[in-house]
Amino acid sequence: MAGAAAHDHHDHKPKGWVRWVYSTNHKDIGTLYLIFAIMAGCIGGFLSVMMRWELAEPGIQIFHGLASMVYGVEGDSAIDAGKSMFNAFTTAHGLVMIFFMVMPALIGGFANWMVPIMIGAPDMAFPRMNNISFWLLPPAFLLLILSAFMPSAPGAHGVGGGWTIYPPLSTSGQPGPAMDLAILSLHIAGASSILGAINFITTIFNMRAPGMTLHKMPLFAWSVLITAFLLLLSLPVLAGGITMLLTDRNFGTTFFAPEGGGDPILFQHLFWFFGHPEVYILILPGFGIVSHIVSTFSRKPIFGYLGMAYAMVAIGAVGFVVWAHHMYTTGLSLDTQRYFVFATMVIAVPTGVKIFSWIATMWGGSISMKTPMIWAIGFIFLFTVGGVTGVQLANAGLDRSLHDTYYVVAHFHYVLSLGAVFAIFAAWYYWFPKMTGYMYSAAIANTHFWVTFVGVNLIFFPQHFLGLAGMPRRYIDYPDAYAGWNAVSSYGSYISAIGVLIFLFGVFEAFSKKRVAGANPWGDGATTLEWQLPSPPPFHQWEQLPKIK
Amino acid sequence: MRKIFASAVAATASLASVAAYAAQPTPWQATFQPAATGIMEQITWFERYTLWFIVPITLFVLFLLAYCIWRFRASANPVPSRTSHNTLIEVIWTVGPVVILLFLAIPSFQLLTAQYSPPEDAKLTIKATANQWNWDYEYQNAEPLSFNSAMLAEADRAAAGKEDKAAYPRLLAVDNEVVVPINTLVRVLVTASDVIHAFAMPAFGVKTDAVPGRINEIWFKAEKEGLYYGQCSELCGKDHAYMPIAIRVVSDAQYNTWLAAAKSDLPGANKALMAETDGAAKVAAAGN
Repeated sequence: MAGAAAHDHHDHKPKGWVRWVYSTNHKDIGTLYLIFAIMAGCIGGFLSVMMRWELAEPGIQIFHGLASMVYGVEGDSAIDAGKSMFNAFTTAHGLVMIFFMVMPALIGGFANWMVPIMIGAPDMAFPRMNNISFWLLPPAFLLLILSAFMPSAPGAHGVGGGWTIYPPLSTSGQPGPAMDLAILSLHIAGASSILGAINFITTIFNMRAPGMTLHKMPLFAWSVLITAFLLLLSLPVLAGGITMLLTDRNFGTTFFAPEGGGDPILFQHLFWFFGHPEVYILILPGFGIVSHIVSTFSRKPIFGYLGMAYAMVAIGAVGFVVWAHHMYTTGLSLDTQRYFVFATMVIAVPTGVKIFSWIATMWGGSISMKTPMIWAIGFIFLFTVGGVTGVQLANAGLDRSLHDTYYVVAHFHYVLSLGAVFAIFAAWYYWFPKMTGYMYSAAIANTHFWVTFVGVNLIFFPQHFLGLAGMPRRYIDYPDAYAGWNAVSSYGSYISAIGVLIFLFGVFEAFSKKRVAGANPWGDGATTLEWQLPSPPPFHQWEQLPKIK
Repeated sequence: MRKIFASAVAATASLASVAAYAAQPTPWQATFQPAATGIMEQITWFERYTLWFIVPITLFVLFLLAYCIWRFRASANPVPSRTSHNTLIEVIWTVGPVVILLFLAIPSFQLLTAQYSPPEDAKLTIKATANQWNWDYEYQNAEPLSFNSAMLAEADRAAAGKEDKAAYPRLLAVDNEVVVPINTLVRVLVTASDVIHAFAMPAFGVKTDAVPGRINEIWFKAEKEGLYYGQCSELCGKDHAYMPIAIRVVSDAQYNTWLAAAKSDLPGANKALMAETDGAAKVAAAGN
């Protein structure tokens, strides 16, 4: 049969745009997700560099000019529009980086690509649903971009409520259509993630190769499984919260409006019931990736595999009962605060288990400092820095002074911008040869690491000092005393931007030089199933299911 | 040389009137602002205390990483061990952090409890209502006193007699400061009229959200005279960065004089108080 023969030769892939737009192939969809994440990351990064440029000196430097360029306003109204535009930038930076960069890169990109291969499955369980998961994202992103050009508060454009969109600032505070578009964008992005989560859970539970029990499954698949459960349980709560926001705005309900018997704090509870698991959604896949990379380049099996897997389960489970530590200053009762302090500190224990297990995996190994390993070790250290400041912030008594200051900004960028993003780059350099078949230039990749490492630390370490000194976050202008550290932070931002350019150049260089990577460029430390396939893997893999001993 | 001498004089003068310089951020500051209440002293102590744990832990992780990279590099250790379990070490690194957390938790809970346990009844209650983008203050005395406090516009400096940018910094200085007596337990009832704001005073160790439809209560007992600055600490729209909070802590006598005068003539009462408290500081500023 011609069809059967074609199957055997793996070559009935569709041609041209049909292959990508109609794609049901997990690897093609993963590639689409990665390209999307890189583009969104560049946009989110551009927003942050603009903010740092603005904050380089006291006073308003650029945003009145930006506002008059984009919205065509002049004079005092340009200053006012610029102030609002700064808030719109902080909001968009947060939403873009979370929903359109980190999540698409780690879950849609690397997990889509690698989880089916690693568990010995030919594809995802629901390939067409996989397609819609991806193709919901571009419209969601377009809605968010569009919202930046829509009126919000009087004389302002774009959603300026922060990524947390607390009412009443997001309801009566910004009556224009910008917020409605952003809410719709989050709805669509959320639906996309829920569909993806269902797909991963089904795939991992039902499509593992014969012999691969859950306790033999690679840690990356474990991390994605747990992440998928967090998404499935938390995103509907966000969807409910923002739907109530939408009806408060447009249909006369008063869920969050005290004048109608509602309560603005209710939204914060709903938001953070989603929001806290969300930050673990961003970091857990990174945990899985770093485990594989540390093991590969130490040429040793992962130390304490079961402890690692169940530490992630514990982090995911406890992550659902700590949400109000984002709300210590909202007027929670003393006993409520005591509980959330206690529960939050508990998370440090499984996180410590992971850090020490990574180090123990390296201990006694035969370590080669290839590019992915450098990024992974960078991740471990920087995540530790962000983790210990998290332990400080867990204490409500201390958080009283640090809440909503730059200390918090420094903390969550150490765990996300320096944690999750370093994990993404580690994964990129680990799997790039597998995904493309080409080897990148290690010199360029290592330069990318060092420039980024110096840059991001210059940005975020001084922000601890600003926070202690009392500088509140989300400020377009600050008292002159904060000028010094802000200038340092802004220089760090410019250096990091150069890092992004080096990254893009490295990708370009790898595709133009076409150095053939081979099936397994990393040697006998790389034991997971993807390294048994050629690079790039065939369009359909594992038609003969691998057997796990 | 004259300049150095002048600044030395200024430093001495400002030491004499610790007051006006007591609590606002300073250039290249890397720690908390100096504490003006017992609670802030406890917060400062606890922050230093946590550093004794988190800095060594971070350095320990850094050291272990560096040691592994060096000691177990492929050229020095070509044959990797196959060890992937060690129950004892796994128990140690689970129980160890639990013990460390206990050491953190005990003072942490004490601090938290102290913040919610005023040692005595409040002698003065002030209601602070946040608006986009200024504050309304109401002294809830037998004869109430209310006024609005907004950021001092640069154009109004001269008229307000606040040309001294060291005492009245840009973005921190306000037109009408809150005035409270020293060593008096003051209760602040915080709410908002439009969107959520937050009342924060770093030197006092207090911060609470101003939420429409709710009243949040905080208290402080300032132990040092001076002019203290805080800023709105919850995103509230366009001018979030431009609604500072300023509290002037004065002696009982100065407070009573001010209060009596403020009921009929607030600007006059403020000017009279400034003339008294800023006297020494003005000399210092003139030296610069």
